[in-house]
Amino acid sequence: MNLAVVLRGQTHDLALKNPVLTASGTFGYGLEYAPYGELKSLGGFVVKGISLTPRDGNPCPRVLETASGMLNSIGLQNDGAEDFCTRKLPLLPWRETAVIANMYACSVEEFARLAGRLDGEEGLAALEVNVSCPNVEQGGALFGQDARLAAAVTSAVRKAAPSKHIMVKLSPNVADIALIAKSVEEAGADSISCINTLLGMALDLRARRPALANVVGGLSGPAIKPVALRCVWQVARAVRIPVVGVGGIVTAVDALEFILAGASAVQVGTGNFMRPDCAFRLVERLPEACAEYGVASLDELRASLCCPTC
Amino acid sequence: MVDSSYCRLPVLGLTPFNPHNGQARFFALRLPRPPGTAWESWRPGQFVMLRPDSFGLELPWGRPLCICHVTDCCLTCFFQVRGRGTRRMAHLRPGDMVGLWGPLGNGFAKEEDAPVLLLAGGMGIAPFVGYVNTHPKPWNVSMLFGHREPLESYPVNNINEFVPLDCFWEREPGDLRLFLQALEERMSENARFGGLALACGPLPFLQAVRELGLKLQARVQLSLESVMACGVGACLGCVTPAGQAWPEPGKRGRPVQVCRRGPVFWVDQVEL
Repeated sequence: MNLAVVLRGQTHDLALKNPVLTASGTFGYGLEYAPYGELKSLGGFVVKGISLTPRDGNPCPRVLETASGMLNSIGLQNDGAEDFCTRKLPLLPWRETAVIANMYACSVEEFARLAGRLDGEEGLAALEVNVSCPNVEQGGALFGQDARLAAAVTSAVRKAAPSKHIMVKLSPNVADIALIAKSVEEAGADSISCINTLLGMALDLRARRPALANVVGGLSGPAIKPVALRCVWQVARAVRIPVVGVGGIVTAVDALEFILAGASAVQVGTGNFMRPDCAFRLVERLPEACAEYGVASLDELRASLCCPTC
Repeated sequence: MVDSSYCRLPVLGLTPFNPHNGQARFFALRLPRPPGTAWESWRPGQFVMLRPDSFGLELPWGRPLCICHVTDCCLTCFFQVRGRGTRRMAHLRPGDMVGLWGPLGNGFAKEEDAPVLLLAGGMGIAPFVGYVNTHPKPWNVSMLFGHREPLESYPVNNINEFVPLDCFWEREPGDLRLFLQALEERMSENARFGGLALACGPLPFLQAVRELGLKLQARVQLSLESVMACGVGACLGCVTPAGQAWPEPGKRGRPVQVCRRGPVFWVDQVEL
């Protein structure tokens, strides 16, 4: 069965040998998982979020296991774009699989500068724009929660990185995710990945303190899969650009459900912590899951959701 | 093909320590020796991530467990019941399947001819069982062990017979002072002879060891415990600030992964 997919963008396509990517922040820079599978067997991987300058992230504790999921408030710890481009990217197998850089910035201008720095990197197949970050110029409002701001970031990145496929990663912490999706599509996004984590919180009752030093954090894992499926379904109906499903995907069957909901590809995140070969295994198992569920092709599956409101 | 460091193994046995004292809280978990060449060069102080199938979707993370001992046929790890995951692990039965990846992390320094002082606090004794049993000259090794539970709660019987073991049972606050006094005396003596001191235990204990180690300018390694999601350096959940002697100057004072860059750190290369 041919599992290759092409994410047909407005400016640039992104060709993947299969629809399985790994989600930013859960797969390091890829090499951490090389002992557990062939990186080149993946459709691609999205590296840990990169900012223009190094960031130390938030104080610990900054991860917590919750029922069927986890909270994280890492705070985008990374060594900065320059370190990534000169020291990390050259070591990655980018000729053999798609390496996607996840970008984080605190202003439209900073997003543009970061995109400009990454645009020239031959090893990057695409840029994923994390719009779930606060805009320091506008009182910390999250770019991803405001259609105009999300569009402004997308269009700035589009202009600054003319040679790259631009994937915008949407936050589920919004009233109408389809509205944000349409605005980033109009602003030039080539594809949309959704969802980022859901904002959550956990408490230590004995100590009467928040469990995370940052108080709140992003919820991920199987607990959020129904929310992610709903968002993918809503976004896929609202836009023409391809959608990449993220949120609680652990098995090949999970992946097929996201494709049925309208996704063209998927990202495995917290599943990588359940077993480090999770994404590799998912790729291996996809053909047999397709056979088991009578899926002739991924395109056929994507257009086949039967529901009263579709 | 990659010789994956992940494998699935059946539990061989789970032995409670101190089973006569009501609900056992400490266990030795025995598994078959995992396949793979990495196990030929494992080092005491390294750990594995272990995730029983019984965790289902409900508990997504594996649990970091210190490697206690590895033989030709067996891997033994100790754990203490602390939370949801270890509580569920206490119900593992022979034949139950677990996922396991490792050996992970760096492990303790080993010097055949230097005097080695092992400093263990509570469950921090676990990595030293493998350490003393694999040391080529165990008569160079001695151990100081502070504990709060009765001695039979811990795997002290697994410590090599050549290794003198001094135990301090902390039952009331005054006992801690005696232990700290012994700690200082033993660390000073060890440092005078150019010895190596290795410590594993709860954070306040490691902080005390670190302070003494820096004061004495002794060669001391600390094994840190941390909550971990991935165990392989990817999630950045288990970081600790690098110390002033960290080998990469640009990283000093900045967070480094306990799982990947540790869990064993030289005393001046880590902040606590």
